[in-house]
Amino acid sequence: MISFLVRRTAWMVVTLWIVFTASFLLMRAVPGGPFSQERKVDRDVRRNLEKRYKLDQPLYRQYWTNLVDTVRYRDLGPSMKLKDYTVNEIIAQGFPVSASLGILALSLALAVGLTSGTVAALRRQRLLDVTVMGIATVGIAVPNFWLAGVSIVLFVFVWPLLPAAGWGSPAQLVLPVVCLAAPYAAYIARLTRTGMLDVLSQDYIRTAQAKGLAPHRIVIHHALRGAVLPVVSFLGPAVAAILTGSLVIEQIFFLPGLGRAFISAALQRDYPVAMGLVLIYTIILYVMNMVVDISYRVLDPRVKLS
Amino acid sequence: MSKLLPGSPADSQRYAALLAEAQGIRGISLWLDAWRRLRRNWAAMASLGFLILLALASFFVPLLPLQSPEEQHLVTRQFEPPNTRPHKLGLAALVSDNKAYQSRVEAAWSNITLLDRGMIRARVALFGDWCIPSLCGTDELGRDLLARILWGSRVSIMVGVVATLVSLLIGVSYGATAGYLGGWVDDAMMRLVDILYSIPFIFVVIYLITILDEPTTIKPWLLKYGINKIVIFYIVIGAIYWLTMARVVRGQVISLKNDQFVEAARAIGASQGRIIFRHLVPNLMSVVIVYLTLTIPSVMLFEAFLSFLGLGVDPPGVSWGILASNGIQAINPVRIFWWLVLFPGLALAMTLFALNFLGDGLRDALDPRLKNK
Repeated sequence: MISFLVRRTAWMVVTLWIVFTASFLLMRAVPGGPFSQERKVDRDVRRNLEKRYKLDQPLYRQYWTNLVDTVRYRDLGPSMKLKDYTVNEIIAQGFPVSASLGILALSLALAVGLTSGTVAALRRQRLLDVTVMGIATVGIAVPNFWLAGVSIVLFVFVWPLLPAAGWGSPAQLVLPVVCLAAPYAAYIARLTRTGMLDVLSQDYIRTAQAKGLAPHRIVIHHALRGAVLPVVSFLGPAVAAILTGSLVIEQIFFLPGLGRAFISAALQRDYPVAMGLVLIYTIILYVMNMVVDISYRVLDPRVKLS
Repeated sequence: MSKLLPGSPADSQRYAALLAEAQGIRGISLWLDAWRRLRRNWAAMASLGFLILLALASFFVPLLPLQSPEEQHLVTRQFEPPNTRPHKLGLAALVSDNKAYQSRVEAAWSNITLLDRGMIRARVALFGDWCIPSLCGTDELGRDLLARILWGSRVSIMVGVVATLVSLLIGVSYGATAGYLGGWVDDAMMRLVDILYSIPFIFVVIYLITILDEPTTIKPWLLKYGINKIVIFYIVIGAIYWLTMARVVRGQVISLKNDQFVEAARAIGASQGRIIFRHLVPNLMSVVIVYLTLTIPSVMLFEAFLSFLGLGVDPPGVSWGILASNGIQAINPVRIFWWLVLFPGLALAMTLFALNFLGDGLRDALDPRLKNK
């Protein structure tokens, strides 16, 4: 267990270093920089600017100081476009928003997906099963920004139930969370149904039935544990996908999260911010994958971590 | 022949009879068998039909009597809801005057190939000036949405198919090499894949596209070599979607390499090339095809996603992602332009739906355990 964690952390450091180096080189390969191209800046001003962004040093020195700053002081440097903001400040502001959105969406997707998948498996080939699986298939094929647009039209304008956008009150969270969670809830429902059907035909379930356990106890205590394994292994990719999805959802619902910061940084070519956010996202993804692997081990004693 | 067979002439007669009987039995190929099973799956067949129709429509779109996808009617036809009012193209009268005809074509369709010009000429000959009315409404610049959806299908489908093929090429050769060589080469190659897996590629891609789209130096330099946004999409998306393909192909190659039928083929003296092309490749093909039909929708979704974020193809080019994103941006509390949201999304969702269904159907049909059932 310990050696597993150590090895994974070491690989994470290697990955982060690769991402850092690649994005640093790409960033420096692009002309321009912190100065707007439309305006000619004064020579002294330019020199001061270059000094602030450390562009006056040779490339390897820039790389080295940048790397040291990032690793030792966890300082990702100043933003190029939002004056007076450092990358760290932008991340500190956006992170709580994105984290709560992502965690809520993931929990909702799990709750809805597991319940509906289990129910569908228990009512196999009945009307309920066909309905749930039909909805799930549609849910996978519909892009989530489109779902967001349609639900704004329906639940904000046609039938004014919820606020359209913004951040602060719980009501403002409902639509973004639902739209972000919907495709993954659909996917989880399908995985749970398949897993459940596999498990329900196994011998130990028959044993449990034979000793006269109540049906709900069999499903919850015995079957579900085996049935969620495919769902757990989907959670790694799901986290990655929810991070991606939140880019769009934050854009549509005007949420001040990391995704919005990343998109505006990318569109305005604010390279330090974009690079810092890529690093943050890599860490989140890596840690989540590690958590998924460990929980897999906890759920299924046959699995060995390697 | 008779020298090899021991025993009397009666024996050799018996062997000849056996041989004749064996030759009488026709083996059923994997593909024929799969096709037979696929044909019974009506959902997959309906999806296949829909996709073939869509592919034909998007290839022959200049031949269809559609309105211009680019011509703007700012004052007269802005935000028209779906209707059946007729609309004239104004080309038929110009056919005799080549110059006027050409400039009219340029105004209605910019950046079209020679083949498309030919098809437009044929369309004028066939249908004259008649156009399908704006059955899907018009957008904020008064452009016909139906024409835009059909022209946009070209970009969306091309990006989906070509980027997937790029990923296929990289993934299959990488995975097959790793699986075939084995040993430490395999370990090293797969470790690299593991590392790449934990990089959030969507962000890297967005970052990369903004860099390659840098307007002062990089973009003109790339355009000089004929590399526009769509080509960048092919390469960049293809370069990130190969990871799963490589893993799947490697696993398949490793399990096939030591399989009994390969050993049997080797035992009867089949050459290396025959083993690879006759025995290994067909077994890989089924996995690859299934994975292909499931990758195309996710690539198309990714293109839509990039377009939505403002990183899509440059105007006046149009794709489903751009149309859907325009529809979302036109949402406002005063008036609801529902057709701008509904139709592009419907086109995208139906195509993805069909591809998913076809992929599921193919997976079942190509499952070797179900052979002859």
